Amino acid sequence: MTTLLDVKNVSKTFVVGKGFMGSRKAKLQALHDISFSVGEGESFGIVGESGCGKSTAGRSILRLVEPDAGQVFYQGEDLLTANRKRMRALRREIQIIFQDPYASLNPRLTIGRTLAEPMLLHGVATRRDVEEKIQSVLAEVGLPPQAMQKYPHEFSGGQRQRIGIARALALDPRLIIADEPVSALDVSIQAQVLQLMEKLQRTRRLSFVFISHDLGVVRHFCRQVAVMYLGRIVEKGSVNDVFEEPLHPYTQALRAASPVPDPRAKITVAKIEGDAASAMSPPSGCHFHPRCPKAMDICRREYPAWREVGHRGVACHLYPAKAGDAHAA
Amino acid sequence: MSAIAAETRLSRLGRLMWRRKAASVGAIVTLLVIVSAILAPWLAPYDPNEQNILLNLAPPSDEYLLGNDTYGRDILSRILWGGRVSLFVGVSSIAIAMIVGGLLGIIAGYVGGRTDRVIMAVMDVLLSFPSLVMGLLVVAVLGPTLTNLIIAIAFTAIAPFARIARAPTMAVKQRDFVEAGRALGFSDLRIMLVHILPNIMDEILVLASLWLATAIRTEASLSFIGLGVRPPTATWGGMIRDGFENMLDAPWLVLFPSLAILIIMVALNLLGDGLRDATDPKLRHE
Repeated sequence: MTTLLDVKNVSKTFVVGKGFMGSRKAKLQALHDISFSVGEGESFGIVGESGCGKSTAGRSILRLVEPDAGQVFYQGEDLLTANRKRMRALRREIQIIFQDPYASLNPRLTIGRTLAEPMLLHGVATRRDVEEKIQSVLAEVGLPPQAMQKYPHEFSGGQRQRIGIARALALDPRLIIADEPVSALDVSIQAQVLQLMEKLQRTRRLSFVFISHDLGVVRHFCRQVAVMYLGRIVEKGSVNDVFEEPLHPYTQALRAASPVPDPRAKITVAKIEGDAASAMSPPSGCHFHPRCPKAMDICRREYPAWREVGHRGVACHLYPAKAGDAHAA
Repeated sequence: MSAIAAETRLSRLGRLMWRRKAASVGAIVTLLVIVSAILAPWLAPYDPNEQNILLNLAPPSDEYLLGNDTYGRDILSRILWGGRVSLFVGVSSIAIAMIVGGLLGIIAGYVGGRTDRVIMAVMDVLLSFPSLVMGLLVVAVLGPTLTNLIIAIAFTAIAPFARIARAPTMAVKQRDFVEAGRALGFSDLRIMLVHILPNIMDEILVLASLWLATAIRTEASLSFIGLGVRPPTATWGGMIRDGFENMLDAPWLVLFPSLAILIIMVALNLLGDGLRDATDPKLRHE
């Protein structure tokens, strides 16, 4: 499988609030050395709890957030150094779907206008055939042609999310960043929207970066997954490996907290205590150590280096690092 | 923004406003004043500048309903014609202030950072002048012509429009559809004008109706102190000044143009308050 997107060592720090005359600036490290890659036609999942930086990771691919460091290669071309004009052209290829279907559509524009605007601007359609193209993309997401004349408030949440997907498809992209695309929807609607996305992935050979806090949804939709905690990827690998046999204690805890649809399944509660620490003042060493049931001395002092364990990777002192780590368990 | 969008939004605004009696009275009176100003050439019984020494300071009569001024000119005709000037100056200066101030506010709110701080600092300086003093200053520097009067009054109203546009811009900017626009490669200008402006137009229109009253008052005040449109062109402020010396002998000279100003100001304020209530999201579902 050829690599479509390759995110390398991306970091982003936000300056939050400024002291008087810009003196004391609080810093929030939203992304720290994030790397992952997405193959053509593949879905890559990013999971983690609120505030772990997963949305920032998705947005930095599109440069909706400008990363401070790192590279984002799209088909071998670094998006972060692309100039304005080139970036505008590349935006046709990468699109985004948002979580909140109520905030993601301009309430003052009809659906027709919302979809026509990008098509006309990028020359994907002409005035003459734009209506036809809009109708075909509406049909693709399962909406009737009459939707064109309506305003967003005339639709339900699930329908709006379909419109959001239609807008993302308007430019015929190859990669879609789906930022919690179904978490604002009812469970029954979630399934429909997920099915729609699966169908689009098959028919259009789309790649997805699928961002979610819902392990079940990611498991269903993705092949590869990265688990994020406080701005860092703590574990990465195939969905089966990571969710069946999680290595990092944080992943284990997430896994245990997510319900299993099997009445006979044993309930083993890996304890996870307290709230995630603030990203403004992350704990020393491994950021997870204050909540980790297996924390050791070294965890308080040193951030664990990335280790390859089989086909997957993990950042945890419990596993042997490459060059004979004495503290390995 | 399509015509349909404007219509549905305006009709919703109108419907909500109509429920409030005061607001609808304000709207009707404003409309009447505007219509009578537009139709002044046909409504006015006499030429507003025709002098007749025999009618000097004549009180209201059957023939001259509101009496005559120092030069024997018909006051009713002059009020109708004067309304044209007052409304024209008011509407055009507010239109300019709305466009310039609104754009500055949207840019400040959307771009943020240093641009925002510079624009808003300038606006704060402008705001610190009372509007009459500011108008006086500009007219004194540029000279008292109709165009300069409009510019001067527009100048006094730019800062409030910039402020009213900036805050909702900052709120709308956070919404995902703006991010979606950026992801789709829309230019900042397009995002500001097509995606943000229509969403903050309610706030701007409310302010416009309230500031139109202020603009008319400023115009009258400047005319009163002789910095308005040159005589003999009738303006309400100018008529009050002309009648001032004879206020005790012939109070109608001052009374009727003052009433005209009072009526339009009250009407516009009622209209503006009604519009503001109608656009208040807390009241929207009542």
